[in-house]
Amino acid sequence: MSALFTAVNPGFLLLLTGLIGGLLPVKPLRQGLMILAPVLGIIMLTQAPRDLDLATGQALGLELVLYRVDSLNFLFGLAFLVAAFLHAIYALHNDDRMHDGAAMFYAGTAVSASFAGDLVSLFIFWELTAVASVFLVLRARTRAAYNAGMRYLVVQVLSGVLFLDGIAYVYKKTGSLDLSAFGSLDAPGAKYILLAVAIKAAFPLLHNWVQDAYPKATVVGGVVLSAFTTKLAVLMLARLYPGLDMLVWIGVLMAVFPIFFAILEDDLRRVLAYGLNSQIGFMVCAVGLGDLSTRLGQMALNAAAAHAFVHIIFSSLLFMSIGAVLYRTGTAKASKLGGLYRRMPFTALFGLVGAAAIAAVPMFSGYVAMSQITSTVAQAGPVMAWLGLVFASAGVWVHSGLKVPYTAFFGRDRGHRVAEAPFNMLLAMGIAAAISILAGLPVASGFGYGWLYSLLPFPDHAAGFRPYSAGQVIAQLQLLVAGIAAFMLLRRFGLYPGERAGTVLDTDWIYRRLAYNLAVWAHAVSEKAGPAILAAFGAVSARAYDRIEAAFSPRGVLSRGPLTGGMAIWTAALLGFALLLAFITVN
Amino acid sequence: MIEAFVSFAPGWARDHAAPLAVAIPMLCSTLGVFLPNGRLAWFLSILATGASLLMALVLMGLVQNEGIVSYAMGGWEPPAGIEFRIDALNAMIILLVTAIAFLAAVFSWPTVNAEIREEKQNLFYSAYLVCVTGLVGVSSTGDAFNLFVFLEISSIATYVLVALGARRDRRALPAAFNYLVMGTLGATFYVIGVGFLFAATGTLNMNDFSQMIPQLTDSRTVQAGFAFIIVGLGLKAAMWPLHQWLPGAYNYAPSFVTTFLAATATKVALYALIRYLFTVFKPDFSFELASFGLIFMPLAAAAMLVCSFQAVFQSDVRRTLAYSSVAQVGYMLLGVSLATAAGLTAGLFHLVNHALMKGGLFMAVAGVVLTYQGTRVYDFAGLGRSAPWTMTAFAICALSLIGVPLTAGFQSKIALLAAVFANGWWWAAALIVFSSVLAVLYMGRILEAVFFQAPANPRKQRKEAPLLLLIPLWILALANIWIGIDPAPVFDLADDASAAVFTTGGAR
Repeated sequence: MSALFTAVNPGFLLLLTGLIGGLLPVKPLRQGLMILAPVLGIIMLTQAPRDLDLATGQALGLELVLYRVDSLNFLFGLAFLVAAFLHAIYALHNDDRMHDGAAMFYAGTAVSASFAGDLVSLFIFWELTAVASVFLVLRARTRAAYNAGMRYLVVQVLSGVLFLDGIAYVYKKTGSLDLSAFGSLDAPGAKYILLAVAIKAAFPLLHNWVQDAYPKATVVGGVVLSAFTTKLAVLMLARLYPGLDMLVWIGVLMAVFPIFFAILEDDLRRVLAYGLNSQIGFMVCAVGLGDLSTRLGQMALNAAAAHAFVHIIFSSLLFMSIGAVLYRTGTAKASKLGGLYRRMPFTALFGLVGAAAIAAVPMFSGYVAMSQITSTVAQAGPVMAWLGLVFASAGVWVHSGLKVPYTAFFGRDRGHRVAEAPFNMLLAMGIAAAISILAGLPVASGFGYGWLYSLLPFPDHAAGFRPYSAGQVIAQLQLLVAGIAAFMLLRRFGLYPGERAGTVLDTDWIYRRLAYNLAVWAHAVSEKAGPAILAAFGAVSARAYDRIEAAFSPRGVLSRGPLTGGMAIWTAALLGFALLLAFITVN
Repeated sequence: MIEAFVSFAPGWARDHAAPLAVAIPMLCSTLGVFLPNGRLAWFLSILATGASLLMALVLMGLVQNEGIVSYAMGGWEPPAGIEFRIDALNAMIILLVTAIAFLAAVFSWPTVNAEIREEKQNLFYSAYLVCVTGLVGVSSTGDAFNLFVFLEISSIATYVLVALGARRDRRALPAAFNYLVMGTLGATFYVIGVGFLFAATGTLNMNDFSQMIPQLTDSRTVQAGFAFIIVGLGLKAAMWPLHQWLPGAYNYAPSFVTTFLAATATKVALYALIRYLFTVFKPDFSFELASFGLIFMPLAAAAMLVCSFQAVFQSDVRRTLAYSSVAQVGYMLLGVSLATAAGLTAGLFHLVNHALMKGGLFMAVAGVVLTYQGTRVYDFAGLGRSAPWTMTAFAICALSLIGVPLTAGFQSKIALLAAVFANGWWWAAALIVFSSVLAVLYMGRILEAVFFQAPANPRKQRKEAPLLLLIPLWILALANIWIGIDPAPVFDLADDASAAVFTTGGAR
């Protein structure tokens, strides 16, 4: 039993559960499976020995490594499994086997991909994440969700195709499919694969699919989507491109620019999607410093992994709390929400925990990860990058830490007389909140941040890091207080952009509006010009057809005349020509 | 596979395979005259062509194992006696002819029974066997005059067979008469040419020709002989513009005869032409090179273009297919006119593939004639629903004719394109593609009627061709797909054949 336990990728268990769940109409049985599978998966994962090819396979003459655990992917896989568990609980109120199945299958693909040991099996699960997740968007069953889902699918599949290109390139050049770091961008296939990962990680200008699709998904779907794809991409960045300088600046840019959009945005799920984007930026920046040959680089990778872990949990928590609001009130627009803390006190409480975690308030999980990142960047990175990240953390505090809870649960009461969220939602949020608090407690061993640090890729370095040193805590508190002050002042003097219903334009406007309208215009023009061109073409081709028919048809020139006589003449002519030719050419 | 087959063959079959392949159908044809009814004659024809096919397989094995098979007829040693001389080139042609003859014989009964009057059925089969005799004989013999005799035997039998279509359509008679006049003209030209060569060399053995003629290239007599022979055989092979006997003959002959002729008659004449061009004469003679560039190549191009266009406008399915045949002869001649081994390989490969696809197409048409008595495109409307098996096989062969990937036609067109490009004739490549587009038009028109139009005649219920017809039809259709997926076996045969005339042609 234990051999089987360690020989099967826990992701496969989830995939199987997802498939069965999609077909199983009995609600209690299905939901029981959905909760049981991730728990079993976590047990399997903790039993698995590290750095061994635990399951291998062969396809098309390629050696596939289907299950390989090491210190890096262990943490990501664990977070994915925990998230899958939370999401299963969160979805209990809902009797939708397609949705349950797709969500679990999607989690399974992400877990399988994080434990894949070679490029090809990674690619397979990489593609499956795209296919499985799109159902969570489509299942919202609105026109907007359908369109967003299709755009989402196109982008994700594009990423998959680029990835496949890169793999083909790597395999052709090196003959190896090992999942090992590329070293530099000049390595064969490195650019293709980087672009593929960049799409999934939502790098700036490649990010639109996140804010497009996530807010349009179902209540549960939005929560599920927020957990997996982008973090899987971070894992692959850490795996394939640790220490790539470019990533530092991309990460900073990525952490900073979504803040403005998040502050302006009205749809709170979209705000969270921008916040998620910004958080990924922190991780990307840390990966960019993660040169594995140095101690600081190893710490940077530690920081990225720790942040990914805690982020998966608290980001799920935030999405869950806004999801609960959406579920009860039917809207997630800041301009239509407010004062819900009376009606949904527990949801508000858990939402606040999530906000505190994402804003890196000391005592919460976000802080112990974020402080690692800022401290590493301060030591190893350029000053401008550090400043950028500090600005970004202030921004996160303002939009996700203050704006989201304030507008949803406090602020002006908009008259929603709703009940508290269903118990299963509260339970899921409660567990997530508990993890977010426990992982941030200033306890260096056992539970508390010591537990988190002991799971990191380089636990020795992590153990040496003291997040709760007086200087760091004070610096962070100053930042937070300044942020609160700024938020309050802005609101007091009405300078804070109000929660107006409206659309915030992002770069996807260029292709979704400008290019679309250009295409519409070109179509209109061609509709006018088309008939004229067609008529001219028709006239020309009709004349040509008449000529051809006059020559070749049974009524045509070639078929006329006495057959035998005509052909005898042809024969004689040809003979004459052949004779002439033979005589001429010899002399 | 063939090697194993040869090792099982008895000694007499190995020693006498070449004459037996000709003699068995010849003797059976006389026997057929005395049979009381058509059904027995049908059995006899199956036996005779089957035996001939076995002999052809033995021959193929012998050629592959031991090289050239030479058989002195009646013990008279060549060059004085008549020699049957089989190398990789004509072993392939003999195999093709006998295989098609056998399949055609198997499928023939329902359609012959429907189209030929009862008292003439056994005579019809006799004529058929005579025709097979002639064709196999032309392919086997190594003697120039003997080749003329076999050519006339097969042609005369063919005139009779075509004329027997008069019961279904009286226009078969003028068509047969036309064919007779033109065919005789061609044969006469050929025999005049042989006369010239005999005058110049004093021999009739083609092997002797090939050794003596290189010293006589300046002789006007030899040059005149060459001109007569290529025009005579070109006419028999339906080289454009000497093809005009063909559409009428194919159109009005009994369905079975059309099937057999389309797959074999022009192919055998083309073989004889290739034999003269590459063995008797050599492609490096200046007058032959000139004829490649100024006669064969332009005529091949014209055939591909003009006859494809003509096929587009025909309202009768059989006539469309007949014009398409002339166009396909153009493809083969184009390959030949390259005067390279690759070109000849491509031409021969297309020759085999075309026999398979046209044989299949005409068999399917024969099935339709049997059940619905109509051959216009209009009559084919909606047949996809009432005769799905027949029409699916028809469609497979049609796609092969067009040259859709995964069919035999695609493989031979690709081989031809490669050979053409190797010679730098990019315009010919463009022509091949354009002619294939025309093939899409003329076959697509028929397929559209078959599968997408409502039946013209609503009484058309499910009426599949008889099983006896479907089996050989599907064998040919599947052969098209098989070659399309794995061209190697047939391509290797064509390659060996081309290598045989190119390498040993000079040495012999």
